[in-house]
Amino acid sequence: MTAEEIVQLLQSHFGDAIVESKFDVPQPFVVVDSKRMKEVAFVLRDDEALQFDYCSCISGVDYNDGRLGAIYHLYSTVHRHKIVLKAFCTKENPHIQSVAAVWGGANWHEREAYDLIGIIFDEHPDLRRILLPYDWEGYPLRKDYKVPEFYNGMKVPY
Amino acid sequence: MYELLQQLLGDSILVYVIGAALPLLFILPYALVTVLLEMKVSAHMQDRVAYMYTGWHGVLQPVADIVKLLQKEDTIPGVADKTLFRLAPYLVFMGSYAGFAAIPFSSAYIGSDIDLGVFYIVAITSLAVIGILMAGWASNNKWSLFGAMRSAAQIVSYEIPTALSILVAVMITGSLNLQDVTHFQDGGFWNWVVFGGPLPLTQKLLLLPFTLVSFFILFIAGIAEVNRTPFDLPEAESELVQGYNTEYSGMKFAIFYLAEYANVFLVSAIVVSLYLGGWTSPFGEFMSGPIWGFFWFVAKGMFFVFMQIWIRWTLPRLRVDQLMYTSWKVLTPFLFVCIFAVGFILVV
Amino acid sequence: MIETRTLPTRYVTHPGEIKTSSGKTLRTDEMIINMGPQHPSTHGVLRLEVVLDGEIVVDVIPHIGYLHRCFEKHAEHMTNYQQVIPYCDRMDYLASMNNDWGYALAVERLMKIEVPPRVEYIRVIMAELQRIASHLIAIGTYGIDMGAFTPFLWCFRDRERILDLFEMTCGARLLYNYIWVGGLSHDLPPGFVEKAKDFCAYFKPNIKELNDVLSYNEIFVKRTANVGVLPADVAINYACSGPTLRASGVNFDLRRDEPYGVYDKFEWDVIVGKGEMGTVGDCWDRYMVRVWEMEQSVRIIEQALAQLPEGNVQAAIPKRIRPDAGEIYVRTESPRGELGFYIVSDGSGTPYRIKARSPAFVNLSVLPEISRGCMLADLVAIVGSIDIVLGEVDR
Repeated sequence: MTAEEIVQLLQSHFGDAIVESKFDVPQPFVVVDSKRMKEVAFVLRDDEALQFDYCSCISGVDYNDGRLGAIYHLYSTVHRHKIVLKAFCTKENPHIQSVAAVWGGANWHEREAYDLIGIIFDEHPDLRRILLPYDWEGYPLRKDYKVPEFYNGMKVPY
Repeated sequence: MYELLQQLLGDSILVYVIGAALPLLFILPYALVTVLLEMKVSAHMQDRVAYMYTGWHGVLQPVADIVKLLQKEDTIPGVADKTLFRLAPYLVFMGSYAGFAAIPFSSAYIGSDIDLGVFYIVAITSLAVIGILMAGWASNNKWSLFGAMRSAAQIVSYEIPTALSILVAVMITGSLNLQDVTHFQDGGFWNWVVFGGPLPLTQKLLLLPFTLVSFFILFIAGIAEVNRTPFDLPEAESELVQGYNTEYSGMKFAIFYLAEYANVFLVSAIVVSLYLGGWTSPFGEFMSGPIWGFFWFVAKGMFFVFMQIWIRWTLPRLRVDQLMYTSWKVLTPFLFVCIFAVGFILVV
Repeated sequence: MIETRTLPTRYVTHPGEIKTSSGKTLRTDEMIINMGPQHPSTHGVLRLEVVLDGEIVVDVIPHIGYLHRCFEKHAEHMTNYQQVIPYCDRMDYLASMNNDWGYALAVERLMKIEVPPRVEYIRVIMAELQRIASHLIAIGTYGIDMGAFTPFLWCFRDRERILDLFEMTCGARLLYNYIWVGGLSHDLPPGFVEKAKDFCAYFKPNIKELNDVLSYNEIFVKRTANVGVLPADVAINYACSGPTLRASGVNFDLRRDEPYGVYDKFEWDVIVGKGEMGTVGDCWDRYMVRVWEMEQSVRIIEQALAQLPEGNVQAAIPKRIRPDAGEIYVRTESPRGELGFYIVSDGSGTPYRIKARSPAFVNLSVLPEISRGCMLADLVAIVGSIDIVLGEVDR
């Protein structure tokens, strides 16, 4: 299935949950409403024609314009086609619906995005820091992140 | 031996001290040799050369190791039960060392010529379990406790096949005294219990399969009792870090090691005495006598030590349930069959 | 004043009571034990919080991040794209060549650079040699996990030959910085092809030797077969990849299904777990897939060496790499599975954002799923069979 067909199918299912789509780039992507991520993901996984059962990667990105994004690279081991999903949120209200219930592999990717970018994945079963210490403050991969001078009262040497 | 010492020195406490210290004269050099042997055998199995710099081909390395261990700081964890922690290694070593008392090294030397020799060894070596449990408990470390618990379960279960396979040999020889057992097998390798003992030919041939099986089982169970690979679960380094001796360092650790190597020889000595003619020469009268006897005994013993090293560096490790399965469901039933068959053959 | 905070933990313990023969009531509870970060069989600084009922594992909670070296943050702060490559080396330090290639390929795709054919062949040779070296360590350390020490050193002996080849090529034995964007740092040294051919001839009989001593050993099979079974649907749902996925019976290999380099020019087979000794997807299958993959890698290397063309080893690329604004996700098959690089470029000389999708990270996340209810010794077997490199898990 080509990206256009996939997007058409999604639009017929959800209509306004599909915010935007772009095909003239090397890897076509769909922007999905961050509040309805989960139901879209379930259809992507379970629909006979789509069957995106393999969630390769979820990356969090800070676009430095007040937006944060989660980029989902999906693949179907049955139909061997790919699609890229994107969901955006604002820095003030960084909430995106979790897809950990849909793809088990998304669990740790979302924890990582929460840890480093600070996107809060709603309904995630176990959202806590994964790579950084539990008591770390701030989200290091945000573009406005300042390296802290103190960690737990200890001076960080440079 | 005691009679000789008593004639020389009179009936004093010194006699017992000297008598008790004699096996130590054997164990200490033996441990050095075996440490080197273990390193060299494992190295050559693995395409390495092991120690090469301390002395000719590294023969002095065990000495260097001992010196290093002696100098090491003796750390005791802050929350450990200090009395038990200090006591445990000595108790473990005591268990195996006491076993040497009833081992006939030669026709002229046996520490204590008691009639219940084999029984005594089986009983006294179990003392090591208490030491290991103590070490595991006193370390106040979950991994150590795990190792100790595994070890206790393992040694207690493998006591059964060991005792039963000893029973097979005892039934044939008709004595629990290891010196008598050895005398019984005198006169060449054909008279060894593993080949049915010095009995009439038809009886021998009938006994042969059963004695062979129980001989192998005794060896296997022996390896399990001394916690060597493939039965080294109590100190399985990839699972339990180092098991019950994780928290030990310096000389206490060295004593655990000494106890392990002493145990390795003790197992070999029991196997050799019961099944392979002990100190008797394999060629009848040729090369026999007290000195040659000692040579034969150590040579046979060291062969089995080598076998244990060989097995250790070849095989992976069993899992706990598989270990128990092997003991209770494989070795023990086989030995019951052996005991019944041997008894039947001997009586009829 | 350091303020300590309670760590969030989520397991549920099951306290109970037992009555002794003397009528006393004793309280029982599950034991929580920390496996790692300093533990011989966690292959680095992984910490597993294990809830144990006797020897039975009730739950496992992996804690990672002890080796987090901020790869992604570093990459954003380099002065150009080439400088990221040494950091890629250090991600999966047992498969540096594959990591370099993954990153270089991503940047090349982003800039639409075509590399000369000789470069493609050399990259395939290096990647496959690296795959053998990496699998050798996986297999050898797995032997140690099972208590067999000898195969480990046999594997290291063979790996040493590969490292010698690498040293001959680029001077480094572990972190190569050899595969660059647009080509290689330099051409193969004279005599490399003959030495590599020698290695292939030398190595093939050693696989059989390894199988004799470890793979088909009765105790080893007992310890690994039917242990930690990872069903195909769970493996796909958790996005497992590489040998871990293939052992579950999923015939999926990026080298064949999304050919990059010149993998489509060679004849080789994708190894899939068949459940020869137990269930499909058990530890033995995961182990064995790696053993047979080494054989296939030797096949690929032999063909690549035979066809190796002459030519340039650097494509014509601008002095300063400056991709157009855009983004790309490129995945390659590293020894551990799907290694993906998601690169966002804002048109400047440094990457705006790089996310490395490391296979070991994703494969490790399936661990709690497959290790509940097994024994403590099995947990060691399962962790070993997933073949994690903590440098790559934590990045």
